[in-house]
Amino acid sequence: MLRDVTTPLPPKEIGVNPQASVPTMSEPIVNDFSIMVATKNGSGSQTANLALLRALFKMGIPVSGKNVFPSNIQGRPTWYFIRVSKDGYIARRDTTEIVVSLNPESALEDHAAVAPGGVFIYADDIGLPIQRNDIHYYAIPVKELARAHESDPKLRTYVANMVYVGALCYLLGIDVDEVEAALKYHFKGKPKPVESNMRVVRAALAWASEHLIKTDPYRVERMDKTKGLILIDGNTAAALGAIYGGVTFVAWYPITPATSLADALYQYLPKLRLDPETKRPTYAIVQAEDELAALGMVMGAGWAGARAMTSTSGPGISLMAEFAGLGFFAEIPAVIWDVQRVGPATGLPTRTSQGDILKVHYLGHGDAKHPVLLPGNVAECFEFGWRAFDLAERLQTPIFVLSDLDLGMNQWMSPPFEYPDQPMDRGKVLTEEQVNASKGFARYKDVDGDGIGWRTLPGNQSPFAAYFTRGSGHNERALLSERPEDWENNMLRLQRKFETARKLMPRPVVELDPEAEVGIIGFGSTDPAIQEARDLLRQQGVLTSYLRLRALPMNEDTTLFLAAHKRIYVVEVNAEGQLAQLVQLHAPHDAAKVRSIHKLDGLPLSARWISEAILYQETYKREG
Amino acid sequence: MATATITTNGGNGATTKPAPVRAAALNSIGLSKLDYKGLESTLCNGCGHDSISSQIITACYELGLKPENIVKFSGIGCSSKSPAYFLSRSFGFNALHGRMPSVAQGALLANHKLIGLGVSGDGDTGSIGIGQFLHVIRRNLRMVYIIENNGVYGLTKGQFSATADLGQELKHAGVNEFPPLDLCHLAIVAGAGFVARSFAGDPKQVVELLKAAFSFRGTAVIDIISPCVTFNNHEDSTKSYSWGKSHDERINDFGFIMAQEEIRVEYEPGEVKEVEMFDGSKIVLKKLDGSHDPTDKEAALRLLMEAHDKQLFITGLIYINGERPNLAETFRLGDTPLAYLPESKLRPPRESLEGIMRAMM
Repeated sequence: MLRDVTTPLPPKEIGVNPQASVPTMSEPIVNDFSIMVATKNGSGSQTANLALLRALFKMGIPVSGKNVFPSNIQGRPTWYFIRVSKDGYIARRDTTEIVVSLNPESALEDHAAVAPGGVFIYADDIGLPIQRNDIHYYAIPVKELARAHESDPKLRTYVANMVYVGALCYLLGIDVDEVEAALKYHFKGKPKPVESNMRVVRAALAWASEHLIKTDPYRVERMDKTKGLILIDGNTAAALGAIYGGVTFVAWYPITPATSLADALYQYLPKLRLDPETKRPTYAIVQAEDELAALGMVMGAGWAGARAMTSTSGPGISLMAEFAGLGFFAEIPAVIWDVQRVGPATGLPTRTSQGDILKVHYLGHGDAKHPVLLPGNVAECFEFGWRAFDLAERLQTPIFVLSDLDLGMNQWMSPPFEYPDQPMDRGKVLTEEQVNASKGFARYKDVDGDGIGWRTLPGNQSPFAAYFTRGSGHNERALLSERPEDWENNMLRLQRKFETARKLMPRPVVELDPEAEVGIIGFGSTDPAIQEARDLLRQQGVLTSYLRLRALPMNEDTTLFLAAHKRIYVVEVNAEGQLAQLVQLHAPHDAAKVRSIHKLDGLPLSARWISEAILYQETYKREG
Repeated sequence: MATATITTNGGNGATTKPAPVRAAALNSIGLSKLDYKGLESTLCNGCGHDSISSQIITACYELGLKPENIVKFSGIGCSSKSPAYFLSRSFGFNALHGRMPSVAQGALLANHKLIGLGVSGDGDTGSIGIGQFLHVIRRNLRMVYIIENNGVYGLTKGQFSATADLGQELKHAGVNEFPPLDLCHLAIVAGAGFVARSFAGDPKQVVELLKAAFSFRGTAVIDIISPCVTFNNHEDSTKSYSWGKSHDERINDFGFIMAQEEIRVEYEPGEVKEVEMFDGSKIVLKKLDGSHDPTDKEAALRLLMEAHDKQLFITGLIYINGERPNLAETFRLGDTPLAYLPESKLRPPRESLEGIMRAMM
């Protein structure tokens, strides 16, 4: 059992690492460090973590929060990482200066994770067999404080987490009023939980200021770098995007990490999408019996003219393969969000990955392929949330949107989302009058040369409007056909349609350094880590250009980017470099330039890892 | 065989003689039977499914349903091909094997004003699609769900399906080692409020059941034994024409009366039961043997279990209960179908987004 230390022990008392110097008060380190909070899953720590994050954000300091949690309802260790960065870096860091340890089960590991010179704040009933002499210790009587300030024993475990929030307010100088404001946001203004949590925060703050002597250099100070920004998770952003994109039909099946996207739809749809006159919903949302049915319903709805979507993750994508192929071939608009997690199989269901990009691009048997949107931040989750419907209806095909657990479930700073800047594109739909005038139509005829036929919607009252939709071979008039030329012509037209998609999909974001020999290609949630890695590489004398893909299929922007650089590093979170392979396929003449920088351990990439991986190759393997 | 004698007259209340039946006769919305036709069937000559297609045409024609308001769904298999052979003026979606119910749910929520007609088979529903079958019933989507049940996989040339009888022998498949699923029984257990069984060789009963099913509030399931002339029509097969003809035991006879018709039924008191349907129409049931009451759920399940155990081929309306709201009602959908809502109803105003953004700052 540890004694209650408020200052670090002298080295002779510990008997380990006698050479290490006792940390002494150095220059303050302000707004540039990471906090790791280690708790038990299901203990209510998420409220405390999010309150802490938002309080820092409200103090104007750039922050990011990453939840590393187990596949478990209650009891298993869970960690929350907050990065405080005056320079605005928000990628995950490999090192943590401040560790808050409330979980005896992971305490040893958490203790070892503290960076030298860092801080270990721990519940005083946690027994540590060893102590380090290179870090600062603060023991907090978490249970006693919770017991003293929360009379309801059922709530005590939950509010106990607020004890460390209070202690951090003292130790780091966090404005307690901003904690209160954050809790008000979290509890949507409900006064009772805000009060009970704040009681504990203030009590812990008072206890800490009375009993702890601060010896470490870490602290926060107000800045104005988050002014006008919002803090939001990608799944909520996606749901809002869909709602402002006029989603009328949703079918989904629960799966981590996509569930919170559906949750956000359930939260916001009734607020935003009741018909103002009739008070009836302008949408339907169904929790399906499985992902087969979820996409089946979306197909039926999209076919009938609804703006239809589903959200899922890897295992659900596997089940949707059948309908995805049908959607491609029967040409049915649909939007499918894949919030990726680590596979194969159940894999690491609560950890992040970019391992589905090949799979969704080619989902289905035969020659199925799909346009894929690749949001790289929460603002793009919102934008692609509405734009996906325009693309799906214009192209009459399933559109995949590839998010991931890191982007989808974690909180990100962002400029406020921009209202859609163009009216909805409902695509090529013939009215009753148009069909009557032409006395019929050929559903799959390439009238306009873009590979996209005109369709009619069920309910069209013209006797010439109906057609029979099928996944089997068909001719231009939607009649069953097994004639070789009909099959070939239809597939050729679908290829033309894919070329149209190539033009319509969002273009990549390209940052060219005219002096750079090195180009980096990435997509999705790795953007902050790649941006930071470029700064680290520049410090090492390696100049880079950067192309962030925002969609598949790739277009000439990527071709030109490859041509303009000697070495191309494709950065991604999967085991074998899937995007690197797609890039090579896209520009085979430059394929030899492509080098894959990939890692998959369940965690978001850090800037340091990316920069070191690239630097290694730039140092030792420049000639390939 | 006893039949209730039911005559009806026009909606204006005046007594009229029934119009003489001619080829060019028009129905209440001025369409001829030709307007309900489909393409020529490519199924085997004599297939039960073709007979059912004819009865679908007759029922829709006689009900005066506008083909443009009907939407056809099917899965994969011989049965699921058949929607091409009726109602060419209706939209159709030939979906994936066993997945017709999910597609129908999406389409009929996108446009709940359409009349849903699903055609499936015993493989499509009883094996690969059993999950979706039960769940569409559970949600009570308003649609007619026909199972063309022949106990065999035709398109893949004669394997047993999940409704094939235990111990049955087929030329290529050998002996069936597993007991059949009773899809009517399962439908009732899953919450279906309209469950009937019929026989493709009894067109009159099929038509009347179809008419009633179209007027039902939620999912109406009709399991129609429909012989496969190529793979499963030998005399000892319970899915054959000869077995059906000699074993068909009607549990009730009934007539369907459309909403706008005045009912003139002649019957002995106590002999007949009237059931009001969702759209105001009525079905008049004449009990046979004074036994089965189709509004009694337990009796319906008991009847099916007895029939299953004794291999009795009972046909008729097995269970009816229209109390449960259908899916569109559960979701409180308004008058305009979701698919036809204008952009002004779908994209919330700019200020609402600004408000949400401010709260997140």
